[in-house]
Parts: sequence; C-alpha cells; structure tokens
Amino acid sequence: MAKSIDVSDLNIYYGDFMAVEGVNMTIKAKSVTAFIGPSGCGKSTFLRSLNRMHEVIPGARVEGKVMVDGQSLYGANVDPVAVRRQIGMVFQRPNPFPTMSIYENVLAGNRLNAKKMKKNVADEIVERSLKGANLWNEVKDRLGRPGLGLSGGQQQRLCIARAIAVEPEVLLMDEPCSALDPISTSAVEDLIHELKSEYTIVIVTHNMQQAARVSDETGFFNLKAAGQPGHLVEFNSTQKMFANPDNPDTEAYISGRFG
Amino acid sequence: MSSTPLTAPPQESAPTQTGDRVFSGISRAAGLVILAALAGVFIFLSIEGIPGLFQDEGAYKGNGNFLGYVDTLLFGTVLSATIAVLVAVPLAFGIALVVSHYAPTWIAGPVASIIDLLAAVPSVVFGLWGINVFAPKMVPIYVWLEENLGFLPFFKAPVNPVGTTILTAGLVLAIMILPIITAISREVFNQTPVLHEEAALALGATRWEMIRLAVFPYARSGMVSAVMLGLGRALGETMAVAMVLSGAGGISFNLIGTSNPTSIAANIASQYKENTPATLHILIATGLVLFIVTFLVNFAARWIVARNERKLTR
Repeated sequence: MAKSIDVSDLNIYYGDFMAVEGVNMTIKAKSVTAFIGPSGCGKSTFLRSLNRMHEVIPGARVEGKVMVDGQSLYGANVDPVAVRRQIGMVFQRPNPFPTMSIYENVLAGNRLNAKKMKKNVADEIVERSLKGANLWNEVKDRLGRPGLGLSGGQQQRLCIARAIAVEPEVLLMDEPCSALDPISTSAVEDLIHELKSEYTIVIVTHNMQQAARVSDETGFFNLKAAGQPGHLVEFNSTQKMFANPDNPDTEAYISGRFG
Repeated sequence: MSSTPLTAPPQESAPTQTGDRVFSGISRAAGLVILAALAGVFIFLSIEGIPGLFQDEGAYKGNGNFLGYVDTLLFGTVLSATIAVLVAVPLAFGIALVVSHYAPTWIAGPVASIIDLLAAVPSVVFGLWGINVFAPKMVPIYVWLEENLGFLPFFKAPVNPVGTTILTAGLVLAIMILPIITAISREVFNQTPVLHEEAALALGATRWEMIRLAVFPYARSGMVSAVMLGLGRALGETMAVAMVLSGAGGISFNLIGTSNPTSIAANIASQYKENTPATLHILIATGLVLFIVTFLVNFAARWIVARNERKLTR
C-alpha cells in the first residue's frame, strides 16, 4: 500500500514568484522523512506540492516531475482530487469539522468516496482508524460528541484518524505538533512511529529534536538569501544529518548557529 | 486581561477607563434605541389599529368583518413573498458561491459590485419596469404554462392578458431581494476558515463537496439571516407590488389569473388616500398583522438555527 515518491527538478511558483527551486529527492516507502529549515524556506510549500494542495492557492503552480511509484502526479490526465484521496494530509493546526461529531469526522473522507456505507462497516472503519491514531480509548464512549470538544492534542489525533480512515498511500504532516503541548506532542510522535509500518510519512517540523526522534531520513531546506527561492541543501539519513552532515550550512543550522 | 494593576498611577489608567465608559454608554444607548423604536412602532400600531378590528360592517368593503378583510391581503402578501423567496434564494446562494469560491477574482469583483448596485435601484423604478416591460413580456410564458401545465391549480385559465399577476409581482420582488441575500451570503461564504476548506480538500473532496463539508455548515446562520432580511423586504415591499399587481380578487392559488389577491403593504398604499377615520384604523390594523407575521417568521427562523446549533454543542 505504501508508495515511494521521486521528485526531480521541481520548481514551485506563486504567480511569478519562485518559492522553491530545483528539488531532487527520493522518499522511501514505509519510512519517515522529515524536512527541517528556517521559516519561509519553502518546506511546507514543497510538502503541499506532493499532494497537489499547493495549487489550491490562486496562481500557484509547479514545474518538474513528481513520480509516485512511477506514476506522474502532475500528468495531464491526473485528477488532483484523486491524488488527494491517495495522499492524505495533516495540518499545522488541528482542523476537525466543527459541525460534525467525532464519529462523523473520522468518516468524512470515506463518505466522499462511497456514498452508501453499511453501519457495521462504518463502525469498523471508525474503530480501526481511532485505534490507529491512539485515540480510541479516550473517545470510545463519546463518539457522538462534537470533535471540537476534544483537547488540542486529541483533535490533532482525530485529524490523523480522519486522514488514515481512507487508507491513503502516503501521509503528509505539516508541522503537526506545533500547536500542541509536550505530552500531546509525544503522543503524536509515538503514533508516527507506529504508522510507519503501514504508511509512507513525510513530516515538516520546526523542531530539530523532533526530526531526530521520528525520522529515518531528513531534508534540510534553506534560502540562499532573503527574497531568493528556497532550495534543498542536503538530503541524508537522519543519523548522518545530525552526527556528521555533508554540508557546512546544515551543520551550522543543526548546531544552532543560525535559524 | 483588562484589569489594571493596583499600583498603576491613576493618571495613566484614567484615559482608557473613560474611553471604555463612553464606548459602553454608546453601545448600550444604541441597543436601547432599537428596542425603543420597535416598542414604539408596536404601541402605535396597537393603539391605532385595534379600533380597526371593530368597525361597522360597511367599512370592510363587503367582507363582513376584519378577519374577512385581512385574510385575502395576508394570503397575497405571503404568496408573493413566498414566490420571491423561492426564486431568489437558490439564485442568490448560487451567485454568492460563484463570486466567493468559483470565479477568478478579476470577474468576481465586478459581478459582486453589479449585484450590489441592483440594491440601489428604487422600488418605484422596479414597479415601472415591472408593469411596462416585464409584465407584457411574461404573457406568452403564462399562456404556455396554461397550455402545458394547466392541470396544476397554479396555472389555470383564463390567463391574465396584460400579465399583471401575482407571479409577475413575486418575480419582481425576487429581483429586488436578490442583492441583499447575495451580498450577505457572499460575505459569510468568504469568512469560511481556510483551515476547514483545506481539511475537506485534503481528504479528496471536489470543490462542491468541500463547499458542502466546510462552507455551508459554517455559513448556515448567516445564510438564514440573509434569507430573513430578504423575506422581510418581500413581505413589506409596497410600491412595486402596488404598481405591478392588479389585485382585487380573493384567495386563489392561480398564479397567472386575472383576479389576484393584493398584499397588505400595497393595499395600504393604494387605499390610504381615500381614507375615512374608520378605514384608516382598519389599514393600520392590517399593518399590525404584517408586523406580527414578520416578527413570527423571524423568530421561527432564529429558533430553528439556535436549535441546530444546540444540537451540535451538546
């Protein structure tokens, strides 16, 4: 189910402004890949280009190739809606649908895919997804309550449950812990470790310790100068990145000399 | 947040406190003025209108009593407003969605301003246009409706030869209430948090599914407000209905016939000039009925929205 992603010579634009330039990388299946870098270096933009959420913003477009298991993501006859059904996304701030119950929130994606669902099938999906997101024990007695009644960390895990309910091939996470307290963060990080056995996970984080804790491979993005597009400086195994990076800029960033 | 530390020198904290007091005074006064105006209208209508319920039989123009007089008018009011809302609401929400979520900005902006301009057209102008242009143009359509859908109670012969029917009045009203419903719902659609829209899109929702999943639930309360304001205008609209509608008939569901019920507001406008003290009381009493109906409709809509929201937060 999990798939690998090959990116070659990817440029990302907002209108005429080039936000990210010349990215080449291979994201392995069933592993966690983390992107780190200073604010505004294009790591979130790059992440959003991996499930075509980028183009939701008017004027945004990409050049170059993104291949998911050998299939081009930006091919002429590829429907972005279909892409997003295969590549799920979790956002910076928890965003459960405010008018829906916990139960309905988990099923939101499945309801889009298949209009009619039997009650027992739906129950099964909800239980499996919430268990997968380590949330089942906390909410199993109040599935009918609104999703907004949960704490921030629980809401974020609800969003993860919603994303994995449709059994995507890849899960993208855009700073999933930046709005959470340390305990909730730790719960989400544990979850990422578990999800890795089934999904390809790509995570953007501001927190270098988090990248070191959860990821197998790490990409470091940086700006050449203010106003210049962001680019990928180094892409290596996490172990190597944090112990002995190839690029002096990476080392400077990781050791806290800037950023 | 707003509490000042006890050690703060009084001259520093004084200006903000004065500002707060002034602001709170102004807001409270504004709120009370609204209530006072509403109460004033109600009291005036009651004092002047209640005698209208007990006039001599002759004053009711052959309708026997007040109930017999007002029921036709109330029927005409509600029927024309219902037609207007049924036609205008889907159109208005559609335009608002196109402007807020579908059209590119270079076309959405001008379209939005043109719709807003429609709100600035005086109702007399709509009335003139309705009777001189719109009503005659509708006659062939009414004939067609009678020929093909004549089995329905709404489209019975004889067709009104000049088109001054309740359906024409309702359609003119629909055009008049379109801008206000469009403008308000466009604003609330635009306020939908991007976070919720992206949540839906990232799950693989198409644009329409995203609108159903994220935009409508968020905007529901505002959409009801928009419809209520439009309905309020349709119920109370005077000039356009008085000009377009040849209303002297009784209660009838035939929308294209020659004898149509008129509306309360239009009736007041046309009867006011030739009033006697007795008929004036009766006209004001019909105004009171209109006031109460509008009030009840608003309350009902608010109640439905509030009940839905309670269900969600339970």
